Amino acid sequence: MDFDLSDEQRLLQETVSQFIQNECPPARLRELFDDEVGYDPVLWKGLAELGLAGIHLPGEYGGSELEILDLAAVSETLGSLAAPVPFLSHSLASLAIALGGSGEQKKRWLPGMASGDTLASVALAEEGGGWLPDQWKLGSGDRLSGAKEIVEFGGQADLFVVGLEGGRLGVVDRNASGVEIQRIEAADRTRRIVRIAFDETPVERLEEGGSEVASRVLDVGLVLVAADAFGGASKLVEMSVEYAKNREQFGVTIGHFQALKHQLANMAVEVEPTRALYWYAAHALDHVPDEASRSAAIAKSHITERFMQVARDATEAHGGIGYTWEGDTQILFKRAMFDRVFLGTPRLHQERAADLAGW
Amino acid sequence: MDLSYGAEIESFREEVRKFLAANWPLQGEEAGRSREEQTRLFRERAIAEGYLCRNVPRKYGGSEQPADPLRAQVIREEFTAAHAPMEPRGIGTMMLVPTLLERGEEWQKEKFVGPTIRGEITWCQGYSEPGSGSDLASLKTRGELVGDDWVINGQKIWTSGAMEADYMFCLVRTEPEAPKHAGISYLLIDMKSPGIDVRPLRQMTGSSEFNEVFLTDVHTPRDWIVGKRGEGWLVSRTTLKHERNSIGAAAQSLGLLEGLVDLAKERRLGGRPAIEDPGIRRALVEIEGYVRAHQYSGYLQMTKGLKGEDAGIIQLMNKLNSTNIGHRVAHLAMEILGDEGLRAPSSRGLGLSAAGTSTESWIAQYMASLGIAIAGGTANIQRNVIAERGLGLPRDSAANRSK
Repeated sequence: MDFDLSDEQRLLQETVSQFIQNECPPARLRELFDDEVGYDPVLWKGLAELGLAGIHLPGEYGGSELEILDLAAVSETLGSLAAPVPFLSHSLASLAIALGGSGEQKKRWLPGMASGDTLASVALAEEGGGWLPDQWKLGSGDRLSGAKEIVEFGGQADLFVVGLEGGRLGVVDRNASGVEIQRIEAADRTRRIVRIAFDETPVERLEEGGSEVASRVLDVGLVLVAADAFGGASKLVEMSVEYAKNREQFGVTIGHFQALKHQLANMAVEVEPTRALYWYAAHALDHVPDEASRSAAIAKSHITERFMQVARDATEAHGGIGYTWEGDTQILFKRAMFDRVFLGTPRLHQERAADLAGW
Repeated sequence: MDLSYGAEIESFREEVRKFLAANWPLQGEEAGRSREEQTRLFRERAIAEGYLCRNVPRKYGGSEQPADPLRAQVIREEFTAAHAPMEPRGIGTMMLVPTLLERGEEWQKEKFVGPTIRGEITWCQGYSEPGSGSDLASLKTRGELVGDDWVINGQKIWTSGAMEADYMFCLVRTEPEAPKHAGISYLLIDMKSPGIDVRPLRQMTGSSEFNEVFLTDVHTPRDWIVGKRGEGWLVSRTTLKHERNSIGAAAQSLGLLEGLVDLAKERRLGGRPAIEDPGIRRALVEIEGYVRAHQYSGYLQMTKGLKGEDAGIIQLMNKLNSTNIGHRVAHLAMEILGDEGLRAPSSRGLGLSAAGTSTESWIAQYMASLGIAIAGGTANIQRNVIAERGLGLPRDSAANRSK
């Protein structure tokens, strides 16, 4: 029995953490957060050079052939630092091509995606929360007309993996005819989003693997979001505890007051056990296929809900400073808003988990 | 990451299964004996085989096996599946025996350990007093050495099983001049001694599981002390650690969740099975999120233990996690019970795990979940422990002042 990250996985987390802290320290994060575009191609390229753009891709395309658990471990670290990088959607897009692409398609796209030269994203949701493959209605021919909502870093991506009718996937080039990209002002400024409209836009379909590919991509996405949420939530607990140890009122640090101590203990109790929840969901995607989809749905709905609540608690625990734009809690608060919604709200995945249990 | 136990442990599992197939239930003439006698015989054989009482040396009647959490887990799993008896449940095996093994005199181990692990004698715990709950070290029950005996006067409360118990292990103030924690000794008392008056307390569920114990000039021999005079607080810490572990197990939470899902399948709400109600379905998944997180955190702690590493703050959270899950389960059960939610609780009492699907037993669980929140260190005390030992926040100032 070994239910723990390996030394290599911890080293991977440590490497990513060091890199982000060096290349995107708080002042730089703040700059990007306030920036109109909010994307730093040099930062992403640097991460790609560490191998992060292709962790899970086959070696022949320049990937590292690691597991979903490795991806999730990285996602936790990025979440804890609120890293403003397109790791999530780029990973999902390359996963979709690796699973659903023909030999020729993989050879054409994956090396550039693994090296970071090509940035890709996923365009899944349709109007009204249609995140699930069986809810997609976008045309099934080789021309698309319609729209996709909430595309992460869609303003910067070169390629979009698009969810199609019948739970299938296709690839659209950002320069293809009829693509219209509209920026959406989202609260989370560490992951920018757009809406993409298509008008008779050519699409290249991913034909391998059938509809299984889209559900696998969704499941992996749920676990990566869950891991990001765990990272962010743990960081908020840590920040709140630090604040309580330093802020003085009535002549003592406020961490002396039992009311606050109990609030902080409750926050920790909501968050800390969910580390094992995302680990297990990632492990199931790698090794326990029967439990994979349901574990992913539970992890996503549970941990993003905890992240959101702990972000509210952390704001309160920081007093007035927590409510300001200058304070640091608001950045993770807004990241929690993104994590809660992206790929489907807790409600959607709780309903799925109930269905998948056969209840 | 690897959740299998490995080939060596799996072959051990086969041995355990073979043993169980051959030995439980008992065969032939032995199958006709009384339940107690069958249990006694089976335990004897399981100890001889090294499956039970693994932490107890052979000379005291145990099987003296090297500590091996995975083998212990496999034994639990297989014995449970076969409905075979394990060590006698109860505070004697769980708390007194480990304490004696670590702190007791040779003669104490010889006299008490064997009979306790064989289930021949039972114990109760004399810790809490009417004025000393969370602040246990303020206890006032006094022990004075008169000749060759301790003479004990005072009152204990919340004493589970005191009506039936043969002996009590008890915290008593023997050094009234010493600072509060240093004035306590850990004494053993024969419950048949003159001057002991046990009065059952009736719980809000209507049943009686614990008692008040009044001690008036109760005599116990001067060497029935574990550890030295004034070391009782330290000695008792060994035992509380054991109690925390046992209450924190995720198995109970899993049992409660299963029971709740069964209840939702059986009951109707708004003209359809409760399990089809969207609100109930979502609430069940939400609870399952907490239960799974608790369960997998157990895997993590097991792994850290096997590697000899510190599992960190999560170890301090087991009891509060169980407590919180118990509250959530109780709340949703009431939702499912609908108008039956005003019924009286089952008076048969209730274990800590699967509540069964009768309305009365769920009402009892609704109340018993509060008992769990209080017993063995209240939820607020758990929060103090998590905040102070886990998060490194300052110690409670009131607790510091009273030292």
